Amino acid sequence: MIPHPVPGGPESVLRLRNVKFTYESGIEALGGVNLSVDKGEYLAIVGGNGSGKTTLAKHMNGLLRPSSGDILVLGAPASSRTVAELARVVGYVFQNPDHQLFCGTVQEEVAFGPSNLGLGPTEVQARADHAIDIMGLSHVKGRSPLSLSLGLRRRVSIASVIAMRPQVLVLDEPTTGLDAGEASDLMSIVRLLNEEGSTIVLITHEMKLVAEHANRVVVMAGGRIVLDADARGAFSDPGLLRSSKLLPPPVTLLAHKLAPIGVSKDVLTPEELVFELTRGGVG
Amino acid sequence: MIALKLEGVRFRYPGASEWALDVPSLEIERGEFVTVLGPNGSGKTTLSFLANGLVPKSVRGDFEGSVEVFGHRVSDYTVAQLSTLVGTVFQEPDSQLFCMSAEEEVAFGPENLAVPREEIAKRVEWALDVVGLKGLGHRPPSTLSGGQKQRLAIAAALSMKPSMLMLDEPAYALDPVGRVELYSILSGLKARHGMTVVVMERDAEDLVEFTDRFVLMSGGKVQAVGPPREVMGDPAALARAGVSPPQMAEVASLLNARRKGPPFGFLTVEQAVAEITVNAHRHTKGGSR
Repeated sequence: MIPHPVPGGPESVLRLRNVKFTYESGIEALGGVNLSVDKGEYLAIVGGNGSGKTTLAKHMNGLLRPSSGDILVLGAPASSRTVAELARVVGYVFQNPDHQLFCGTVQEEVAFGPSNLGLGPTEVQARADHAIDIMGLSHVKGRSPLSLSLGLRRRVSIASVIAMRPQVLVLDEPTTGLDAGEASDLMSIVRLLNEEGSTIVLITHEMKLVAEHANRVVVMAGGRIVLDADARGAFSDPGLLRSSKLLPPPVTLLAHKLAPIGVSKDVLTPEELVFELTRGGVG
Repeated sequence: MIALKLEGVRFRYPGASEWALDVPSLEIERGEFVTVLGPNGSGKTTLSFLANGLVPKSVRGDFEGSVEVFGHRVSDYTVAQLSTLVGTVFQEPDSQLFCMSAEEEVAFGPENLAVPREEIAKRVEWALDVVGLKGLGHRPPSTLSGGQKQRLAIAAALSMKPSMLMLDEPAYALDPVGRVELYSILSGLKARHGMTVVVMERDAEDLVEFTDRFVLMSGGKVQAVGPPREVMGDPAALARAGVSPPQMAEVASLLNARRKGPPFGFLTVEQAVAEITVNAHRHTKGGSR
């Protein structure tokens, strides 16, 4: 586990201070959120349906503006900048890719963002090609995005965001509707982006994904952060997760239940559990 | 009694060269909880449309073979008539909710069958209660959470008093606790009302404990049919079909690869606790001898 710098330190790319948000209907979706995201982190924001995690994520690039509190992006107030300006730093990938796909071909779709940045055609082309290549879309770049499978449409929506070269990539439930193979392909690509320096904010309730990928976990419930810890810390309290409509991965649950026979509770993956069991001579 | 019987069924969407579904034979018994497991594009949704006749009556294409529900040939009845035998719940509840209140939504089906008013009121109360929406009958569906909408869609199917429920990825987009609650409700319908439940899913993880038999699908074909331990105990077949085993099956197979004793076969956390503690006990006794 790589220790991350102190939250709010000089490395923080995003900082939210006492952010509250109330929808026009009067429903309070965020009730005072304090959160700092450091450069290069792989942060998972988890919570049940209606916990406020998507609302929180949409504040990160100005898609929603706080009712009160403030947001700093690279140390500067987000309130003075437009969504288009913020999109250069924080890329947001919608849960439903169809909400952001509108061009005739994958190539045009992915080039759209960079061409709006005022870059020259060669640079636009280079960025689009690179994003298409990273997301494994070269074989479909001439096709209409809407003719593709959900898994490929989701990859196009991510390609169109990373073509803007944002430092932070916010992914809202990126594996919803994908099958095991598609989800695993997608998560490998996201991991690679993180290893190459992108800060990742993953919004999800798939705890196996979180256990496998994230190095920090923020648990939300009722519009508030109820826990902010590394992945092991986040899964150490199944009761708190359950009250947040979440369940730890089955291996972590099993480790907790086997604690009386000497198994460490500190388990996130099948491999770690098997190591624990064979070490104790139990398996 | 056979709840659903497919014989020589093939279906191809217009203009497609491949069969979306190609099932020489499949039988589901009355009162079974069956999970049809497969990746996207494996034919699950198409299969779910056979029992109520939507395929080929509304969803057109080349169709061959015969489909029977509870001994009735589906082709002899209208989709509306079949809804009293088979309740169908689509993947996205929003696509089938359109009334002003949850109650009206649940009453809509039986009203169209001219069921007497008092009987409808009873059915609505029962169906909302079964799915855990008691007291929310007056709420407009749009004000319900994703999980509540999904349960409302199930209540609307239940008010027709079907003998079988066919649900296409009913836990789509639900949070983990919501998923388990939903599957528990379906399992209760089987246990207390003898309902035949057929769930189409991509991921077996939360369904293992509720499922009597898995039907593994890929490329429109049935690759395996059997009880959980049989189908989930074959990681190679699961990988070929493009689905992940439940995490506990993964643990069991990793352990089995490095132990000499009888293989573990657990699929759920509870089963794992039982098998591993018994084994640890035996191990301790053996060690002290």
